[in-house]
Amino acid sequence: MISKKEVQHIAKLARLELTEDEVGKMQKDLSAILDYFDLLKKAPKPEKTAMKGNLDSSRKDEVISSNDIIGQIVEAAPDKKDGYIKVKTIL
Amino acid sequence: MDLTELTIKQAHEGLKNKEFTSVDLTEAYLAKIKKSDLNAFLSIDEKWAIEQAQEADAKIKAGEFSMLCGIPCAIKDAIMVKGQKCTAASKILENYIAVYDATVVKKLKEQGAVILGKTNTDEFTMGGSGENSAFGPTKNPHDKTRVAGGSSSGSGAAVAANLACFALGSDTGGSIRMPASNCGVVGLKPTYGAVSRYGLIAHASSLDQIGPMTKNVEDAEIVFGAISGKDEKNATSVDYKFENLNVDLKGLKIGVPKEYFVKGLDKEVEKIIKNKIKQAEELGAKIVEISLPNAEFALACYYIIVPCEASANLARFDGIRYGLSEQDGNLLDVYLKSRGKGLGPEVKRRILIGTYALSSGYYDAYYKKAQEVRQLIRQDFVKAFEKVDVIFAPVSPVPAIKIGEKADDPLANYLMDIYTISVNLAGLPALSLPAGKANGLPVGLQIIGNHFEENKILSVASCIEKD
Repeated sequence: MISKKEVQHIAKLARLELTEDEVGKMQKDLSAILDYFDLLKKAPKPEKTAMKGNLDSSRKDEVISSNDIIGQIVEAAPDKKDGYIKVKTIL
Repeated sequence: MDLTELTIKQAHEGLKNKEFTSVDLTEAYLAKIKKSDLNAFLSIDEKWAIEQAQEADAKIKAGEFSMLCGIPCAIKDAIMVKGQKCTAASKILENYIAVYDATVVKKLKEQGAVILGKTNTDEFTMGGSGENSAFGPTKNPHDKTRVAGGSSSGSGAAVAANLACFALGSDTGGSIRMPASNCGVVGLKPTYGAVSRYGLIAHASSLDQIGPMTKNVEDAEIVFGAISGKDEKNATSVDYKFENLNVDLKGLKIGVPKEYFVKGLDKEVEKIIKNKIKQAEELGAKIVEISLPNAEFALACYYIIVPCEASANLARFDGIRYGLSEQDGNLLDVYLKSRGKGLGPEVKRRILIGTYALSSGYYDAYYKKAQEVRQLIRQDFVKAFEKVDVIFAPVSPVPAIKIGEKADDPLANYLMDIYTISVNLAGLPALSLPAGKANGLPVGLQIIGNHFEENKILSVASCIEKD
């Protein structure tokens, strides 16, 4: 069973505000789910073979320019100024 | 003639023979959608739908038009349609308007398909029942007290209730096949990479695929042919051209995994699936018992990898760039409160599990281990496909559940995905084919194929459908 404090800590790392009720519910749910994951301890070690298929070869970065929609993307932001997305001061 | 009952092919013939127009078709569907109480659609744009239909009619009049031209369809609300709301059924994106078209939508538009509206889904496609939508569950057209299956719940219900001629869904762990099975329509989850994910709101990027939900197998093939192929905007899409194939069931080897027919599988569902296996055998197929020895680990593996990827993918919903923004307090407060208020319980649960599993000290035990197990699961299928052409399996252990039946037990909900998730972990294509009814509720047969053998799956499904 993970503790309420752990739930609150993870929530903060994940940038999620949880109510007191939610912390209690998540403590219960997460504990049950994490317990279920223990099943994997029984799983064998995989043979030393490379992953087959298309997964590896497909990770190449490709930079595609979509300049035409930058203005609309900024427009969709909740707070903006002079064509930039506005963020609160951090210092 | 009820125009909304027509398949794509039938509607196409009718348009070609001038029996009706695309505007007639579109109006018939819109009238039905407005009368429907299934909650299958989150938004419709009537005026725009009619405009699209008028454009299609002009093309049809000119004589040169493709199979999907003038055909009304519905798009899952996790897929971007420019100028339309795209909410992913989340409060955090309640008023978000898409600024570009997903590649699949662009392709449908190029063909002249008519987009009626956006369909309901579990929030950020996270769920197997459709109940995790922030805007209420989709009801099953066969029994309104039951779920439509998820996450592409609205797409499944819309096609089943003739609210659209076809629909697009997306599938991360069964989200096309589950609602297809629950609603009694055909749903195809393509091979990972066969269809571009550009413009699909990301859930778990190594698993997500967009695919068709249709009234029959032929229609699934038509839509898949239209949306598949390499896209420079999605690096994991593959240069692949769909080619029609006609297989003969005579001599075809069908694998039946022994691990799938065990305790937990509803007796009625088991009977229906076994009947279909028998039917294939009578048509000349050779039934081969196969083993997927690591099947028992698939669910735990999946529910580690998915939340890990989701917790990273959903970091972008921070109250700064899109949608809901709670402006009180400092920058950290904006993040905490926007996400705290805008995201629903299942989304939060997955973000928390993912964050936990990826955090220092736990990474090896969870994420790394799950990736190793994922390899084992892939290898199981590689070995299986050395012996057989396709695999037959259930889609879901039970028919559509009652709305609210498992609402308080997330793990019980996850267990419903037991037959669908391995396919995503292995990147394989699979189709749900209506196979019969258990107490009046549709049950789907899952046909799993090897990578990029959608044509074989579709051909096998077609043989069984026509028999």
